[in-house]
Amino acid sequence: MDVSALNHLDRLESEAIHIMREVAAQSKNPALLFSGGKDSIVLLRIAEKAFRPLAFPFPLVHIDTGHNFTEVIAFRDRRVKELNEKLIVRSVEESIKQGRARIKTENDSRNALQAVTLVDTINEFQFDACIGGARRDEEKARAKERIFSFRDEFGTWDPKNQRPEIWSLYNARVHPGENMRVFPISNWTELDVWSYIARENLAVPDIYYAHRRSVVRRGIQLVPVTDLTPPRPEEVVEELWVRFRTVGDITCTCPVASEAKDVQAIIAETAVTSVTERGATRMDDQTSEASMELRKKQGYF
Amino acid sequence: MDQHLPMEQHTELLRFITCGSVDDGKSTLIGRLLFDSKAIFEDQLAALSATSQRRGMSETDLALLTDGLQAEREQGITIDVAYRYFSTPKRRFIIADTPGHEQYTRNMVTGASTADVAIILMDVRKGVLPQTRRHTHIVRLLGIRQIILAVNKMDLVNFDEKVFNQLHQEFLSFANPMGFDDIIAVPMSALQGDMVVDRGESLPWYQGKTLIDVLESVRVDENIQHAPFRFPVQLVHRVRNNNELNERRLYLGRVESGKVSVGDEVVVLPSGVNTQITSIDTYDGAINSAIAGQSVTITLNEQVDISRGDMIAEKDHPPRSEKSFSALICWLSNSGLDITRRLLLRHGTQTVAVKIAALEYKLDINHSIHVPTEKIAMNDIVKVLVRVQQPINMDSYESNRPNGSFIIIDELTNDTVAAGMIE
Repeated sequence: MDVSALNHLDRLESEAIHIMREVAAQSKNPALLFSGGKDSIVLLRIAEKAFRPLAFPFPLVHIDTGHNFTEVIAFRDRRVKELNEKLIVRSVEESIKQGRARIKTENDSRNALQAVTLVDTINEFQFDACIGGARRDEEKARAKERIFSFRDEFGTWDPKNQRPEIWSLYNARVHPGENMRVFPISNWTELDVWSYIARENLAVPDIYYAHRRSVVRRGIQLVPVTDLTPPRPEEVVEELWVRFRTVGDITCTCPVASEAKDVQAIIAETAVTSVTERGATRMDDQTSEASMELRKKQGYF
Repeated sequence: MDQHLPMEQHTELLRFITCGSVDDGKSTLIGRLLFDSKAIFEDQLAALSATSQRRGMSETDLALLTDGLQAEREQGITIDVAYRYFSTPKRRFIIADTPGHEQYTRNMVTGASTADVAIILMDVRKGVLPQTRRHTHIVRLLGIRQIILAVNKMDLVNFDEKVFNQLHQEFLSFANPMGFDDIIAVPMSALQGDMVVDRGESLPWYQGKTLIDVLESVRVDENIQHAPFRFPVQLVHRVRNNNELNERRLYLGRVESGKVSVGDEVVVLPSGVNTQITSIDTYDGAINSAIAGQSVTITLNEQVDISRGDMIAEKDHPPRSEKSFSALICWLSNSGLDITRRLLLRHGTQTVAVKIAALEYKLDINHSIHVPTEKIAMNDIVKVLVRVQQPINMDSYESNRPNGSFIIIDELTNDTVAAGMIE
């Protein structure tokens, strides 16, 4: 086998396995954040590659906003059962009931509130590392973040004071109360994720594939018509072929027009798209140039 | 649109770092590289154009693309290393975008540590600056053997060939003695786009490659594939089959250099036991051999006592195993070296207590000379004598980047305070 035998996806996979094994070796009580979305689906395959035939050395954790697409939750539970791994679910709804998180109206995006529930969950279980599926190509604040991203006892990310990360010598040491957010697929792009899903033949929730859905047009985005996101009075509801590029909170996740009914078709579309994943799909990232950065400073993963 | 072919056919990934001082046009160059290679999306462009307008500019400022953080946008400076991704039909690229600013050394060390190639950016009106020397020196220290000299802002000197040639010669005269394998100079205007991705009309006298052509054709550093086999053990798993009394011990890790095949004779360090590779496994099944960069699971012929931090290595070319050695360290922390602190050294998967036993000299990277020093402060590069509690299994950095590098961690704060390269 010579160097050319390792292709780009092999290299990314191998790096991610190495990172996950470093978490297992260096952290006392890690967790893997699994939402049922495509990036965390890739993380689960990486975990299988890193640790099988043994069980994962961490539980899976889902911070449930209560605003999920039902297909995604069904997928989450099915996948956890197939893998025979442990899943911990903590809900934003519960944080709101307890007065730990505040919303203005019932239908507000709960994306930002996830940070509260996540930090509470980290404290409850004393997790010292949380593995997440964030990628640097997603957003420009992410492009600046380390693979092992230090968070203080408040869960806060301080972009001006990050630990240097040199070669692949990752430093996961933290004091009690602090934790590491670890992103094994930092160096992957959206196209890499889909190429990997195709190569590994991974199942994803159906709503990633093209289906008919009622939407309204708002700027460049197609807003799904749901109980939580009803059309505004002046808006015209249309029935279109769409698919989701991300599957976050219903209230802030938009599908894109698409007829891609299988992975190969999605790869072909992703390869030529002229809009970023978040630009096309996330209402909450449009509010200010720094929304992701601000959320991360509040403890968002 | 044919720039965006699906990835599967890409086997080559080139990682490069961009260096340059403030106002050399580094952000503009990266913006241009991404824009002309169609790696900027419409919504990103719309955001850039909105910001540019808000700031009273008549055209979209591509340099804004690289300012990811609020403080960077507020102050118009780059704070930290960012990693960016783009591809052409020939290759995938990862750019380590490092700030050219005060804290240059530690940021550049970080970015250069994983790069195959460096772009040294120069403002044609300013010529070779102290920064240029520093950057060139640092990337060479970090083991980068190929550099691209990007002579930018040619539009401001009427695309004058003589000015370019003169600067090129001036650069070669100080960079050549550093021992690079390859130095390629490209004249360009990142602002107008000449010679970055497109050739443009303004530099007809230049017959060489555009920047992107160079990036597509320089060689990806493969030295590590040909170095002796090194496998630092990350984790040990014990697996007991139902009908077997003997447990199988699986050694999990990544091949950091060289290659290994089933049946190879290896030595286990620190125990010194010689044994043989019985199998190399992956989730997708057993393989006959593995090469540098592959994460695999290894089993050995004999039951050896192995734990994280140990190393499996080529029997005939084992690493040095020493408790005391010379190294160049770059101090990364804003509090200087305090010899009363408890420090840890991480090398591969091994972590041991460490003392800086002696400071031999400080490198003056402006003048490439050694100066005596009594202390170490942030951004200093210092030759030191290091003493560790237990021997580490190492190679020189020059011959083996992954097995010749280490970091130092302050045990009290847990911060990574230094990066080291073994002599």
